[in-house]
Amino acid sequence: MNEIDFTLVDWSRAQFALTAIYHWFFVPLTLGLSFIVAFMHTIYYKTGKQEWKNMTKFWMKLFGINFAIGVATGIILEFEFGTNWSNYSWFMGDIFGAPLAIEAIMAFFLESTFIAVMFFGWNRVSKKFHVLSSWLVAFGSNISALWILVANAWMQNPVGMRFNPDTVRNEMENFWEVLLSPTAVHKFLHVLTNAYVIGSLFVIGVSAWFLLKNRHVIFAKKSIVIGAVFGLLSSLFLVVTGDGSAHDVAQTQPMKLAAMEGLYDGKEGAGLVAVGILKPGKKAGDDKDEYVFAVKIPQALSYLSYRDLNAFVPGINDLIYGNKEHGIRSTEDRMEKGKIAVKSLANYKKAKDANDSKVAAESLKLLEDNYKDIGYGFLPDKESSVPPVGITFYSFHLMVGLGFYFIIFFILALVYTLKDKIAVKKGFLKLAMWSIALGYIASELGWVVAEVGRQPWTMQDILPTWMSTSHLNTGTVVLTFWLFAALFTILLIAEIKIMLHQIKLGPKEERS
Amino acid sequence: MNFLKRFTSLYIDGFKNQSKLSRRLWLIILIKLFIMFAILKLFLFPNFLNTNFSSDEEKSDHIINVLTNKKSEK
Repeated sequence: MNEIDFTLVDWSRAQFALTAIYHWFFVPLTLGLSFIVAFMHTIYYKTGKQEWKNMTKFWMKLFGINFAIGVATGIILEFEFGTNWSNYSWFMGDIFGAPLAIEAIMAFFLESTFIAVMFFGWNRVSKKFHVLSSWLVAFGSNISALWILVANAWMQNPVGMRFNPDTVRNEMENFWEVLLSPTAVHKFLHVLTNAYVIGSLFVIGVSAWFLLKNRHVIFAKKSIVIGAVFGLLSSLFLVVTGDGSAHDVAQTQPMKLAAMEGLYDGKEGAGLVAVGILKPGKKAGDDKDEYVFAVKIPQALSYLSYRDLNAFVPGINDLIYGNKEHGIRSTEDRMEKGKIAVKSLANYKKAKDANDSKVAAESLKLLEDNYKDIGYGFLPDKESSVPPVGITFYSFHLMVGLGFYFIIFFILALVYTLKDKIAVKKGFLKLAMWSIALGYIASELGWVVAEVGRQPWTMQDILPTWMSTSHLNTGTVVLTFWLFAALFTILLIAEIKIMLHQIKLGPKEERS
Repeated sequence: MNFLKRFTSLYIDGFKNQSKLSRRLWLIILIKLFIMFAILKLFLFPNFLNTNFSSDEEKSDHIINVLTNKKSEK
């Protein structure tokens, strides 16, 4: 037996987390701002007013800076799949390859064609084609995000595939099932609406700075109206998509939901924690209380999870030790089945090599019967099926809290602007500037919930994280971790510096 | 044909008449791509399976060996 180097696994995870977090600093602004630019461009197209052209050009410029600095930062994640996560990449098979190939093709065609028209097209192409290009850039960049999100959703809920023991790969059987799985649909909508909220917060925050400096006042107020309307609609929809995502998690990743809520002992009519602090040192199976304190919304967790106020929501203990009354299998039971699946896979391979078709067929049958638990066969103990509860719980509740704060923030921004009081609300304007950072924090926390909460799996119930890494020299992974940290930090500083410089210059007051 | 000519001239003129900011952004993109592909990918991120195994059969043998022989004890 080969021992697993958990230091290598942890550094590989840290490296992937670092690159994903940095990559996600750039992406949502591109997605959100692209639509805001398209709205402004459309108003200019409809009204022909120069002020809307100036506005479109200014926000388009900031969009361009973010796009240029962020472009291709996601490619590093693909490098890591091939180098650090080769077991996982091979095992995932074409499920990951197909969506990413579509993304690359779409991104290339849309970005190289319509972004060029968007930036170079002023007075060069018809106004109609020009505004259409802005919309195509917005739709194109948003749709190109679809494919990576579909791949991520598939890892959380592997559907539409069949495991091929000869190639040791999961092969896609039904493209539509992969594309339209509820997990993929909810994830796509939730992530996108979150990006629109960030785009809106950015526009309002930057405009707030102009108002505080008493510069470009009309421009700033009009930008705030656009940002506030788009942001309010998006943040309201974010609640709907968040509810859908949590409902889906309850069906497909009950352990993640239990960690999100810090729920150890399952309950009928379970309440949803609105505010709470977890009891430090609480472990599965002990007698400690779950929370130091918790304010709960009665029965809301049951309704959120199963659309039934009295439904039983399993806790961490139910999922580890099983709950016969509610038909929940224990992790121990799943580990036994998983070990049978792993052994059957080994036997199948041996039998195939020895041309023993009878044993191969028997092993294959056993493998297929137990495949859905194969990942549990790799677990060292039943407690290792639990994700880090503290990180998942606090990330989830902070994200949700910020989500509701954004709704109130956008309402206030809209009301103050429509009543023409925004310029004198200095405190609110300062808050608006800080809210840009809050948008990013909420967004990154969402990914922490999704990715930390699904541990120990890279492929839910099928492949744990420590079986997914390549056998590399840990020193190389540590080196590349710091190289990425340096590279991305430089890029982020460059972005902020260039962005701040352009914001300080302000919009050009072109005359028609 | 006329459309193609107009389309290419849009790109040529666009790139010719770029602002200072635009040129700086292109420079950042090029440096970034150089670091990513000519340094990171080439020296630090070889494809593990392609580097160590020459056929798909060897790769799948390796993965099956990892899955059935690795011991996970924390």
